[in-house]
Amino acid sequence: MTTIDLRDGSPDLSGESRYSINRSMASRQRHAINYAFRALFVLAFVSILVPLALVIGYVVTRGMRVMSTSFLTNDIPIVTRAPGGGVGPAIVGTLLITGAAMLMAVPLGILGGIYLNEYGGTRRITKAIRFLAEVMTGVPSIVMGLFIYTTWVLAFGVSGFAGALALACLMLPVIIRSTEEMLRLVPIDQRQSAYALGGRRAGTIFRVVLPAAAPGIISGVLLAVARAAGETAPLLFTILTVNSVNTDIFHGANTALSVQIFRNATQVFPGPQERAWGAALTLLLIVFIFTLIARSISAVFARRHQV
Amino acid sequence: MTLVDNEVRPEELSLLGGESPHGRRADVVFQSMAALAAGLVLLVLGLILITTTRNSWPAFAQEGLSFVTSSTWDVAAGAFGTLAFTYGTLLISGIALLIAVPVSIGVALFVTEMVPKRLRSMVVMLIDLLSSVPSVVFGLWGVLVVAPALTGVYTNISSAVSGIPVLRVVFSGAPVSGRSFFTAGLILAIMITPIITSITRETFATVPRAQKDAAYALGATNWEMIRGAVLPFSRSGIVAAVLLGFGRAIGETIAVALVIGSSPQITQRLFSSGDALAAVIANQFGESTGTYQAALIGMGVLLFIITLAISAFARAIITRAERRIGAESV
Repeated sequence: MTTIDLRDGSPDLSGESRYSINRSMASRQRHAINYAFRALFVLAFVSILVPLALVIGYVVTRGMRVMSTSFLTNDIPIVTRAPGGGVGPAIVGTLLITGAAMLMAVPLGILGGIYLNEYGGTRRITKAIRFLAEVMTGVPSIVMGLFIYTTWVLAFGVSGFAGALALACLMLPVIIRSTEEMLRLVPIDQRQSAYALGGRRAGTIFRVVLPAAAPGIISGVLLAVARAAGETAPLLFTILTVNSVNTDIFHGANTALSVQIFRNATQVFPGPQERAWGAALTLLLIVFIFTLIARSISAVFARRHQV
Repeated sequence: MTLVDNEVRPEELSLLGGESPHGRRADVVFQSMAALAAGLVLLVLGLILITTTRNSWPAFAQEGLSFVTSSTWDVAAGAFGTLAFTYGTLLISGIALLIAVPVSIGVALFVTEMVPKRLRSMVVMLIDLLSSVPSVVFGLWGVLVVAPALTGVYTNISSAVSGIPVLRVVFSGAPVSGRSFFTAGLILAIMITPIITSITRETFATVPRAQKDAAYALGATNWEMIRGAVLPFSRSGIVAAVLLGFGRAIGETIAVALVIGSSPQITQRLFSSGDALAAVIANQFGESTGTYQAALIGMGVLLFIITLAISAFARAIITRAERRIGAESV
């Protein structure tokens, strides 16, 4: 850094010019460092765009090679290394299992979020549950699969429902936390207005608070569903796999797109590899559609709140 | 807003439960239902610990402490030591963090300090898109595209550092398939970057305007302001973000199972194939029975306890930081 010598009061031309040279050099150096770091930040952003573009690019180009209506509806070949066939049963399985998980986790998750924000107050147990819900979002999905295996599958056998239970356990804390966050955004005045009109707590929550927070809650739910639809680890030993459509989620093995991708990814034959890419494209489309709907709902919601 | 938008008509008051004689009872019923739903979190977490520990007991009983301290994993001989898998898990998570943390902090600073406000939501959406790609899709891309492409790179790096003492060992051991510790770490890094970015970004957003302006008023450049105001203020948030990313990396299963190469060994050679706790469970559970299966469930218990401890620690840091920010802004 530059130093200015104040002891010498007399105007010293050479000293002054040295000072200004020093300053400009130091300042040039400081700005060079500044630009270098700013360039690094841009580079960091580019470096995450590259894998994103590569993943999507590969899945789309490889997936499109096999994509057709028959691929989406045909059964999975019984001989894994055989070419052709489709992933119909896996699409049905993914939709049924994720749907069943949604039916269980969404109402319970929203109720849990309502409890934390509307009834919990500052009680110790509320804080503990909020903390544990956050911690539960960090439980590895494979552990959730083991949990359902030991509690459900050992007693009742594999089924689509067992997989749905595992996915529901993964979704529950996510929905609880996002619902609570959204309810917190609803101004307290709205609740007080309802109470002033003679409203009871439950009625107020249903008629006033939930409608106001609905877009945010729905967006949180859709994100959780999108995440769950792509999960593989919790399904591996809770649903096993089948080659033809099984619409009975309570009985017998089932399959899902993610499971098909996992099983086919390490095959050396081109047939299963192609089916894996096709299944990946199908899964990515399902997940992205859910994510995009969720994002646009929350974007609209955010804009409305700003106004 | 809802109340202003649609006026509440008198006949609707009963819908709020005010005049209904059942209102009070409905209130109590609803509150208990909500409490039960929230309580499910406690129930599930408790049940996970109890049932998985009980089902893994045969392995714990047989192996004792050597379940975690022995690296001998021999299914045929009935020896279940998991040290090699723990080593693999920690190694690939370490590689992932080394790559992901600087990148994430860079991206977070790019978003908060460089991107104009109106473009910010679009940039954030791209990052979210990366986080919504399912693990198995990263795994598929990793095993069929990235790993084969890296084989050549690994060979080149190995021969480039063949004369340098430590690096000669660390950057060696490339298998033909390209499936290795380093490949797994790289794929993991891509997967944990969005979460570390989003938490650090939230922390950066809480830095008080006044502190940043003060730095600029002193003539600081953009970077000097970041170094002097943003980073010191966000230290605990960054630590928490790193911990959460670490927890995510440890628990990540499917992508790792596909690209790590599945061989139980402890080696400093980053380019050789290995295995990790979660990946072993995913790859071997289907064919397991008896004590073998108990050992795999026991590895799940290990994972559960490690990730629980890490995320509890991280959340505690976040909560403390939030309280500090709250206290300062009052």
